[in-house]
Amino acid sequence: MTSRRLLFLLPLLLLAAAGAGFWAMLAGMQRGSFDPRGVPSALIGRPAPTFTLPALEGSGKPGFSSEDLRAAAREGPVLVNFFASWCIPCLVEHPHLMRLAAEGVPVFGINYRAGGRDDPGAVEWLRRHGDPYRRIGVDHGGRVAIDFGTYGVPETYLIDREGIIRWRMAGPITDQVLANDLRPLLRRYR
Amino acid sequence: MIPELGHYALVLALMLASVQAAVTFLGARVGEARGAMLMAAGLSTAIGQAGFVGLSFFCLMWSYAVSDFSVANVVQNSHSLKPLLYKLTGTWGNHEGSMVLWVFILALCGALVALFGNNLPATLRARVLGVLALVSVGFLLFILFTSNPFERVWPIPEDGRDLNPLLQDPGLAFHPPFLYLGYVGTAVSFAFACAALLEGRVDAAWGRWVRPWTLFAWCALTVGIGLGSWWAYYELGWGGFWFWDPVENASLMPWLLATALLHSAIVVEKREALKVWTILLAILTFSLSLLGTFLVRSGILNSVHAFANDPDRGVFILALLFLTVGASLALYAWRAPALAPQGVFAPISREGGLILNNLLLATLCAVVFVGTLYPLFADLAWGAKITVGPPFFNAATFPLFFALLFAMGVGPLLPWKRGDLWAALSRLKLAFGVVAAFAVVYVAAIDRTVLPLLGFALALWLVLAAATDFADRIQLGSVPLALSWRRARGLPRGIVGGIIAHAAVGITVAGIAGKGIAPERITLLQPGETTTIAGYVIRFEGTHPVSGPNWRGTEGRLVVLRNDREVAVLTPQRRHYPVANMGTTEAAIRTSGFADLYAVIGETAENGATVVRLHFNPLAPWIWAGTILMAVGGVVSLTDRRLRVGVPARRRTSAPAAVAAE
Repeated sequence: MTSRRLLFLLPLLLLAAAGAGFWAMLAGMQRGSFDPRGVPSALIGRPAPTFTLPALEGSGKPGFSSEDLRAAAREGPVLVNFFASWCIPCLVEHPHLMRLAAEGVPVFGINYRAGGRDDPGAVEWLRRHGDPYRRIGVDHGGRVAIDFGTYGVPETYLIDREGIIRWRMAGPITDQVLANDLRPLLRRYR
Repeated sequence: MIPELGHYALVLALMLASVQAAVTFLGARVGEARGAMLMAAGLSTAIGQAGFVGLSFFCLMWSYAVSDFSVANVVQNSHSLKPLLYKLTGTWGNHEGSMVLWVFILALCGALVALFGNNLPATLRARVLGVLALVSVGFLLFILFTSNPFERVWPIPEDGRDLNPLLQDPGLAFHPPFLYLGYVGTAVSFAFACAALLEGRVDAAWGRWVRPWTLFAWCALTVGIGLGSWWAYYELGWGGFWFWDPVENASLMPWLLATALLHSAIVVEKREALKVWTILLAILTFSLSLLGTFLVRSGILNSVHAFANDPDRGVFILALLFLTVGASLALYAWRAPALAPQGVFAPISREGGLILNNLLLATLCAVVFVGTLYPLFADLAWGAKITVGPPFFNAATFPLFFALLFAMGVGPLLPWKRGDLWAALSRLKLAFGVVAAFAVVYVAAIDRTVLPLLGFALALWLVLAAATDFADRIQLGSVPLALSWRRARGLPRGIVGGIIAHAAVGITVAGIAGKGIAPERITLLQPGETTTIAGYVIRFEGTHPVSGPNWRGTEGRLVVLRNDREVAVLTPQRRHYPVANMGTTEAAIRTSGFADLYAVIGETAENGATVVRLHFNPLAPWIWAGTILMAVGGVVSLTDRRLRVGVPARRRTSAPAAVAAE
């Protein structure tokens, strides 16, 4: 067989590889070992990633690192919340974060700035709607968001006393999420 | 009774399709003379098959129209209170019904080939029909064994569970049929490619037969994708029009390859070159259409697109995909090396330009393919959960798109066989000058962001290059105006269609670039408060409840003021569909044709303040105007005299008429 003939076989071989892969996925879905739709929970039960974030200028609060997070978590569970001023769902969950902060739950804010999208309105947004955060870090380029496996904003993580991620919410914290998930978890890991 | 009739019609169609595959292949094998009878039988079975699938489809539609809740499919996707239009469109708003529509269109295309393919060589036509019949058999088996739309339920429920409210919308109601037309149209090119491999012969005439089908598929895909993105723009409420969602990508990939195929078929037709590549493109285009079907319906992809997901069905479609694509690629590996290239060509020439076009489009398709499927395979291979989102796609595709758009302006000006790049570029001197002047003014006066600037410049470049091409062809300015006019009317429709489509791409690009400089504002407003965007003052006048036949909702009232004068009232809504228990947002859009003012309302907080999101999108309507114009270009090109296959009688009579008119 000449190399020219091999070249013509190439599409078929690629198809065979792709077909085998898809078959394995479907088989995994039937067994329940492969779930492409489930929110990735790779980090749940694992320590929070390591990072250091600069402060949000104008917010009057320092930035923070994963070390600060762990130190705060030793006193009780903390929340890490990814937000941006251009995101509507962030505004929807915002009153709940304000209430939680008022109740004494430490909320660490990460201002999400990925995909070349800057967020110049963040400080103004916090001034206008209230600032629930103990500290605020700016995630330039979205590196930390990637380490957390964040889908987008808003997204919230609960970290327990050992510094382990126990829960993640991709999307806004609504009344239901607060009552059914978050409050029981905050009680459990207190 | 009607549903059973539909069911039996499907079974009969399956029988006919099996017979069709057998007689056509056998007839072509025996030979043109001795197999004539068999091949003729293939024609009537193709027409009969289309009739029976059509009957079945209309039976299903009837069940929806009269809200026959003894049919499980109707119960799951309809409701007696739904407007009649959406009852009818609900027929294909679900997995089972859409598959019937899919096969119906496929059978219809087969019938068209049978009816109007008189000037095709008999064996080629028979083999094309045979391949189409095999595809039909596969999909009919799939419907009958895993997705029977006519299944009855007992006891009969009082009312249905309603269609996904997102689908109860004119834009989305007609988005799937156009996409299916496109996907199925690529099946015909695919059948031609397989038939050519079986025949062992590809010539200019083959290119001429494949082109109209590809063009037809391409037009339908263009309109389908355009409708989908328009819907996303006004219904999803985020002001975006393209999200690089896996299912969007699944429709974009066949479109990219169909575009490449469209152009490479020209090379086959004019220069008898690129045959082997064109055949591969035809096979791959249809393969990607099938892949889209598989990904959407197996539940493998995580997406906003709602379809019943079922791994069992996934296994069936995968097997179907594997057999169809595998068989055609095996045939390709076996027979294609024998198709020796004939044309020899220089890199700088029209065909060289078309090869560049093919390379860029195929690379774009590969990038989208990798970005869409990589997360799945990474998850499978090493359990890594990753998402590949717009940042990857934008970064990876923009440079390719920019190169493609620039080359698109120059390519049509290059002559066949051997071209002179400098001569072509010097014909575009004026266009260059205008674009450069525009860029300077734009940077000075409007905005300095690089990507939108590049987008606008390339958009203008494309329109001017298309205009230059047109002006040159009719020798505008160098001959008297009357003669130019006569030349314009005498231009082949294929050329005119191409010029329209290329300029239309420019218009779409301008719209997309406009999104890059669009200001947006999200605020929490109390009734009576105002905000500003792009020189408009927006006064929020509160919300009030509204309701429709099968939904209730909240409507916000926003008064738009310019220079203290009221210019418009925007009434965005949030709707809740109680039966389906789902919500939708209805954006309020006021368009001037050059810009959209776009408003969405979000949740109302406890203190009465409501989240209001405003966008000012310059040139946004052009995105879809350009899309429609692209399809218009395609249709104009389809009416080219040389593509009117199968109507030799009319060609003979129309030719003298055209002379008489001149």
